[in-house]
Amino acid sequence: MDRAAGASPGVWGAAWKRLRADRVGMTALAVVLAFVVLVVAAGLGGVAADWRAEVGVPDAPPTLLGPRAPTADPLVAGPAGPAADLRDIDPLAPRYAEWDAAAQRLRATEAPRAQTLPLGADRQGRDVLAKAIQGARVSITVGVLAALAATLLGTLLGALAGFYGGRLGDGLEWLYNVFTAIPNILLIFTFAAVLSRADALLPKGVWSIVVILALTSWTGIYRLVRAEFLKHAVRDYVRAAEAIGASASARIFRHILPNVSHVVLVQLSIHVVAAIKSEVILSYLGLGVAVDQVSWGTMLAEAQGELILGHWWQLAAATAFMAVFVTAFSLFTDALRDALDPKLRGLE
Amino acid sequence: MVAYLIRRLWQMIPTLLGVVLLVFFLFKSFGGDPAEILGGMNASPEQIEAIRTQLGLNLPVWQQLAIFLKQIATFDWGKSWATNEPVAAMFLSRLPATLTVMGPILLLEVLLAIPLALLVAYRRGSLTDRAIMVVSTVALSISLLVYVIVAQYLFAYRLGWFPVQGWSASVWTNLASYAVLPVAVSAAVALAPQTRLYRSFFLDEIGQDYVRTARAKGLPERVVLLKHVLRNAMIPILTNVAVALPGVFVGSFLIEVFFSIPGLGREVLLAVNRSDYPVIQAVTIYLAMVTMAVNLLTDLLYKAVDPRVVLK
Repeated sequence: MDRAAGASPGVWGAAWKRLRADRVGMTALAVVLAFVVLVVAAGLGGVAADWRAEVGVPDAPPTLLGPRAPTADPLVAGPAGPAADLRDIDPLAPRYAEWDAAAQRLRATEAPRAQTLPLGADRQGRDVLAKAIQGARVSITVGVLAALAATLLGTLLGALAGFYGGRLGDGLEWLYNVFTAIPNILLIFTFAAVLSRADALLPKGVWSIVVILALTSWTGIYRLVRAEFLKHAVRDYVRAAEAIGASASARIFRHILPNVSHVVLVQLSIHVVAAIKSEVILSYLGLGVAVDQVSWGTMLAEAQGELILGHWWQLAAATAFMAVFVTAFSLFTDALRDALDPKLRGLE
Repeated sequence: MVAYLIRRLWQMIPTLLGVVLLVFFLFKSFGGDPAEILGGMNASPEQIEAIRTQLGLNLPVWQQLAIFLKQIATFDWGKSWATNEPVAAMFLSRLPATLTVMGPILLLEVLLAIPLALLVAYRRGSLTDRAIMVVSTVALSISLLVYVIVAQYLFAYRLGWFPVQGWSASVWTNLASYAVLPVAVSAAVALAPQTRLYRSFFLDEIGQDYVRTARAKGLPERVVLLKHVLRNAMIPILTNVAVALPGVFVGSFLIEVFFSIPGLGREVLLAVNRSDYPVIQAVTIYLAMVTMAVNLLTDLLYKAVDPRVVLK
């Protein structure tokens, strides 16, 4: 591991150098890292931990717009004149003093509610900015975990199929054919239908979406990794390793895997974006995160009803957060692919 | 040709069997107990037991699998657990609505994306090209949900150009009024990624030697692009359309949910939410069959498009 200083840069060093020269890629990376910091801070409870608090008036507009003009409610008129004195006929009259004393001891304070919030409030008066940050935490966590799980599964199965071939390879090819024969969205629905009744096994929420998305999106990675392993398994360096007695697992994981890891890394990054988009749609449809959590998808679901009343800020906030992150991540993915495989540059 | 067809059909059997086994054991081992779902909250143990006997849940697993296979072969899935409608009748009544929406979407997408992509590929590297690529990257990062929500609000609710949602019994009324906005939104949203993809197909071809030869012998650019490049790029385009084709049957479930279109996609989603297992199982297995059939058809089409393709 400890390489002599001044040695010529390895493949990763060279890739990093190419990536650093890519201005768009580095800007995108900075945006992605900023989101990661935000997600970690929100996860540790430092930022937006109290997103459930109803800090503003319902549907409070964003600060830039200023508070909403007060509207008089003509339907409910307050009582005019003093309250009628029932002291003579009320059988509970002797206890008035006792109640007044009890009322004196209790102090109910009406929490002050903000008229405006930086990005406005939702129907319950919760801060949209805090919700968007918490939503970023859930959506990005799901996206990254699902992509990681799918990549792990696809890489492992692809490595086995490509390296060993034979019966094992045929079996895995069959599994691949079965999974790709079912249209992807139906496969997701099927898993969601099954898992929604399997609460004991996997409670509904972040983990169940991660499992659903991982089980339905490993096939593409499997295909690519298998093709790479087929190609590499017969190359000289692998044969040489075999000749000096390297075990099969050493050849798979120590010799071939590092040589195909650029393919895996790019796939991982593509799948993060895909998983985030899927999570948003699943959560909107109610098949995603649990009801006491917030994600960009649940925000969009709430925003649909608010938009009709003219309250567009929750929609705008969720959309903007998601668009910025996904654009940055996609651009970073492109830059990463160019850096790791310079031959592909510009080909799209 | 016939030998090829027979071999391909023969190869489908293990895959199809795999799909059947996957669906069967997935629901069997991880899904909820059908008797409890059907019985509801207040069912007595005797009622649950009666339902179990009726559904054959007390039989050995291989007999249940045989029943399952028989259901698939005879298209007889019994009744939906949620609505008591026969599953086959349910599919037949929902499919027309889905096709009314999805057919035009697919057609529009392909017919618009091909000329647009050809244009962009032709002007490669120009400002138009770069602008379109940047716009499509940003446009792609916004969720489909947002486009549909905003379009429905703006064009249907605020401006009143289209009905907000709804459906009628007449195909023509549907096509002329209810389907217009859903079709337009879906096609518009799909256009950016499609154009991007097709552009890369065309670029692959434009760099080839035969294009240079065609230009060198003085063919007008129009002929080079429309006759030579387009025809050669048809194979990846066909593959891409074929991949999207099975989706036509389940429909864009999101579009159907938003616009209250009584199609298959919405029905499947409802079935997922109600744990209506027969509907989900049937739709999954039949769509897998459709997918395999479409893949075979695509391979046959390759031959028609490119005579050099050898089917083996």
